[in-house]
Parts: sequence; C-alpha cells; structure tokens
Amino acid sequence: MTLVLDHVSRAMAGVTLVDDVSLTLPRRSLNVLLGPTLAGKTSLLRLMAGLDAPTSGRLRFDGTDVTGVPVRKRSVAMVYQQFINYPNLSVFENIASPLRVGRISRAEIERRVREVATLLKLTPYLDRSPLHLSGGQQQRTALARALVKGADLVLLDEPLANLDYKLREELREELPKIFEASGAIFVYATTEPTEALLLGGNTATMWEGRVTQFGPTAHVYRRPPDLRTAALFSDPPLNVLPVDKRGGNLVLATGGIVAAPEALLGLPDGPYTIGFRAHHLFLSKPSTAAIAITGSVALTEITGSESYIHADLGVARLVALVRGVHEIEPGTTTEFFIDPRSLFAFEPSGRVVVTPDPASAG
Amino acid sequence: MARIDLVDLAHTYLAQATSAADYAVKPMTRAWRHGGAYALLGPSGCGKTTLLNIISGLIVPSRGRVQFDGRDVTALPTERRNIAQVFQFPVIYDTLSVYENLAFPLRNRGTDRRTIDARVREIAQLLDLSGALDHRARGLTADVKQKVSLGRGLVRSDVAAILFDEPLTVIDPHLKLQLRAMLKQLHRQLDLTMIYVTHDQTEALTFADEVVVMYEGEVVQAGTPEELFERPAHTFVGWFIGSPGMNLLPCRIDGTAAVVGGHRIGLGRRYAALPADRRIELGVRPEYTILAGLNGGLPVRVRRVDDLGRVRIAKVELAGHPVAAIVPDGLAIDGEEVAIALDSNRLHVYADGHLVAPAEA
Repeated sequence: MTLVLDHVSRAMAGVTLVDDVSLTLPRRSLNVLLGPTLAGKTSLLRLMAGLDAPTSGRLRFDGTDVTGVPVRKRSVAMVYQQFINYPNLSVFENIASPLRVGRISRAEIERRVREVATLLKLTPYLDRSPLHLSGGQQQRTALARALVKGADLVLLDEPLANLDYKLREELREELPKIFEASGAIFVYATTEPTEALLLGGNTATMWEGRVTQFGPTAHVYRRPPDLRTAALFSDPPLNVLPVDKRGGNLVLATGGIVAAPEALLGLPDGPYTIGFRAHHLFLSKPSTAAIAITGSVALTEITGSESYIHADLGVARLVALVRGVHEIEPGTTTEFFIDPRSLFAFEPSGRVVVTPDPASAG
Repeated sequence: MARIDLVDLAHTYLAQATSAADYAVKPMTRAWRHGGAYALLGPSGCGKTTLLNIISGLIVPSRGRVQFDGRDVTALPTERRNIAQVFQFPVIYDTLSVYENLAFPLRNRGTDRRTIDARVREIAQLLDLSGALDHRARGLTADVKQKVSLGRGLVRSDVAAILFDEPLTVIDPHLKLQLRAMLKQLHRQLDLTMIYVTHDQTEALTFADEVVVMYEGEVVQAGTPEELFERPAHTFVGWFIGSPGMNLLPCRIDGTAAVVGGHRIGLGRRYAALPADRRIELGVRPEYTILAGLNGGLPVRVRRVDDLGRVRIAKVELAGHPVAAIVPDGLAIDGEEVAIALDSNRLHVYADGHLVAPAEA
C-alpha cells in the first residue's frame, strides 16, 4: 500500500495553494509536513484525503488512480487541531462510532475498540463522557476514533497544537509507537521544527504550496538544499549574515573582514549568505579557527539552564543559544564566535553551496 | 503605579466549598511588586487563569481581598482597575484600520483629537506598527493582530499593569521569538507590572524575572528561572520545568548516599534519617545525567535514543526505573548496556514530593 502524489497542484480563485507536489509515501511510514501557517499543509492534507480534488496532477493508491474519488469512498481518517468528540456519548461509543455505520458484529466492535483503547491508554475512561477527560485524553479519544477504522491513510493536522506543553511531550513520545503498531500511512502537519525532530520519520518541508525537500527528518534538518528549507527547519530562527567573498577573505555586511573558513575557500568570489543555527553562535571561542564578530546585546532571555542572547549587528539580528545563565545588560558590546565547521553557505539564489561538517553539526 | 497584593485570597466555583479540593485557587497571600515581570505557569486546570481573572476583575474571589497600591479593588470592575489585558486570540475590530483600532479606547473616553493622534503614534512606534497604521485589521497576520491587541490596551495613559493570558498560542514558532523579545523590551521601556499566564515553560522562563508555578490551585514555587531549574522545591516543578523533566528515582537515603535498586549514589552531603513511611525520591535533571561508555558509572539499559538536532537524548532504565540522559557529542552507542554519570552537585532528595534540605553542608 503506497500513496503516490504525482505533480499535484491545486489553485482556487487564482491563488495557488499546492504547487506541483510529488511524493511517495509507503505503508507503515510516518511523514511530517513542516512549514509555517499558510505554507499549504492543510491544503495538501485535504487533497490526500479526497476532501478536495487537485487542479492538476494525479493521486494513486497502490497503483490505482484515486484522483477524483471522494473522501467517503477512500480508506482515510483525519484528526484536527481542534479535537472533536461527541459529548453525549461515552468514550467507548465515541471510539466505536465509525464502526457502527458498517456491518460489523457487536463482538468485533468491542474487540477493536478495546484494542485501540489499550494502545492509547484509554481503557480506564471508556465509560466516561469526553467532557470529564483532560485535553490530552480527549485528543487521544479523537485519535483512537481515527485509528479504530483501520484506515490505510491517517492524516493529522497539528493535532497537539491545542494541548498543554507537557501533555504534548507525552503524546509525542507515544505517537511513533502507535504509528508503528497500526501499519497505516501517517501524515502529520506541524509548524514546529522541534516537533518534527521528536517524531522522526520522514519530513517534507513546505513553503508557499511547494515541498522544498522530502527525506528522513534528521537528514532534512542537517542537509537542507536551500536557505528557505534551512530557515523553516530552525527554531530559534536561523542566523543569516550576508557576506562578500573576495579571495581568501569574507567581507561581512555588518562591517569587518575575516579570513574565509576552509569550506568556503573553493567557492568563486561573490556575494553569499552564511547561515548558522543559534546553538552554533558562542560567547567564548569554540575552536581556534572560530570567526569573531562584534555585536551589541539587545536582550537576554534565561531559561534556567540556557540563555538566549539577541545581538544587534546593524544590518543583522542574531540569536545565540548558549548553555548556562548569562545575564548581559542590553547595549553591552560583546564578541560572538561562529564555529566555521557549523556554517551553511547559500548562493544569492538561495541554493546551498556549503553544508556543515556532519561530525560537528548538531 | 501598581503593586498588587492578594490578601488571604481563595476562590471556589462551587456555592459552598467543603474540602480543599473544591477550591480552584486555594488560600494564598502574595505580593506582585510594581514593575515586576511575572509568569504564572502551570498545566491546564491548575488555577492560573482563575487567579489572573481575579486580578483583572473578571472574577470576584469567594474569599479575601485584591489591593492595588494598598487600595482595595476586590469589588471594582475591570475597567476601573487601570489594567490592560491581552488574550489568546486578538481582540480587535476587523473592519477598522490599525490606527482606528488603537484610537478606539481613547475616542470612547472622549479624549481630544490631538492627544489621540500623538498617543496612537507613540504606541505604534513602540510596537513597531508605524508602517501598518493605515492597514485594515482584517488582512493582518496573527502576530501583527496580537500587537494591535496589546496596543489597544496600552494606549490609555493610566495603564499600570498588563495581564497576558496565553498571548502567543496562535503564533508560529519563528514569530514567537520575535514577539517574546518585543514584550521583554517593552517591559524594560515601560514602568509597568506585567503578569503573563502560560502553560509553556519556555515562554514563562524567558519572559519573567519571577516565575510562579501553580499546581492544583496552589503556588508550589516562585523563583527565578535559574532557581526553578537548579533547585525545584517540589517534584512537580522538577517534572514540569525542563524538557524532558527531572528524573525522579524512588530511593532510600543512607547518610551521604542514595540507594537506588542496590546502587549506591554519593550525594556529597549528609542527610538526616527520613521516616520510612514517606515516599523518598532522588531527583536529577537529564542535563546532569550524562551517558557514558560501559565503565562510566551506573549501569543502565538503553531503550531508545532521540535525535533532537542540537542534542541527543537517551531513554534508559536504571534498576527498572526510566531515566532520560544526555548523549555527549561524538559518543557512539554500541549495544544496550551502557552507563550514566550523575553530577553529584546537582542531586536533590525529595520526601513526599517536597525538597529535603541536607543535615549539613
């Protein structure tokens, strides 16, 4: 069982929502759609579900063309951000509801509901009303209803966005195991890079209706093909600094000239954008080859174990995420260091030309 | 000015409270100093929003008093408390321009046109909205709408405190950081008391000078982010703050060591004997629990390793108890049998959930 999207697009009222997306999603796979609001994640999920038809392109399920087939004739389940349960029914009946429409025996329904309830740790609550459950339990009930059908394709649209931080942590832990046990194709939309990394599986990064990259999640995180993908897969945001490479030097847009790191020496002279993640900007020299830049501290934020230091460099604003508690008075001029081994470099077109050394890239 | 005092305050949504569990906010006395940046942090149902609504005047507490600068405001409605409020969803008029949205609260009060114009431009400048004043609110993105919402609260000149109720929930992650930074800068520029309700630890810790952690209607700890991280007063704080939260291992205390499933773990400090009927736990944060080679310390079994990009976290088992540990850069994990090393300066002992002070330093 494989879902293939073959050059799928959807436009509405002249606006392109999904732009030429091709993906192959195999059975028993967890696929994350990662991108900001309005990147096209929900539009793409709706195409996969058959809630909307593509303007062009084909969808195939196990080789069968399902492009025009409506949702009720497909084996699809969907879970939304705003969890929906029937408040007048018990948790058991909520989970059982998709099975009641078919010709399934009472014993079979009982068996399947109990099985999925065990998987989602809902067994103690089966007789309760969803109104008497916590948010996490309510969302697990909605998830159980999606799983009980045994649908081939399960689509989740930011399913944890309305939940408490700690509940999300717990459900994220459980979800990969649940997915593994079910054997369906899962597609999970989120705006959060951390969530994609926690879920693992494969990630498709989305921007303006396009999939910018698709592959194993950690690989997409470490080897983005372009600036856009690197930026949307970074939280805190990716630090970027325009530079002009001249021979063995880099002229920084923020002023100053530094020796070009080894990885950039082979590039033709000209303008580039260098990028590095917040945990690769340091307050003390991480290596002898570190690039030093001077900035004014705009703000520090302390998390208890780490500090976010926002630096103002005139044309650029950078964020350093460093270990320990560093309370620095705003306005203080401070030296920051970039480890050259953790640098991305992008051409003016946005295409990546230098990717960090995998041994040092965290 | 706004120093806010809650005096012997409690609230129940029931007609009559018969037990402690009936209170959404259990009896408390607490001061919020003028100009402080506070976060009220806790899971849903912990009473944080009830407490905020009591401060704002949306709820009259069933017991006790609310004082602003010593003046009893318990019975005063919200509009007479000199506070601005920002909610989870932006409260603005979609059909009006940003300018008109900001001017609205002043027009309502009959402020003269010139004063309004000056004030609207000042607030717009502060919130980086000057370029958007002519835009209609409907077309704005969620983060800009939330700024307008905040601006509407701030535009009155007599505002002394701002109360935030989960203001960044609907904002995308990359914009959250910008808005967070803006709120913090705003706090530095304006001499205002700010109270920020959230369930998100990162928002709470980065925003506040003092984080007030609530659990089941009670304040379990109030302190700086560093205090909450380094010395959780309660196992709930240890678990709730930090991702993953603090490792908690059932143990027995034997002088200067904790005994976990037959393993002696040096505490570096002596503890008095603890009564046998109390639940004793050893607490250590994953950040101070480091995975090591086979001979590096306490033997554990690896269950899985999560690659979170900038850090790898191993879920291991120590004598049958789950433990989260940091995997150092470059460490290759070979097989299930490894070891963990605990930082002996970062170990805490808890009895029935509460931090136990050592007998001697």
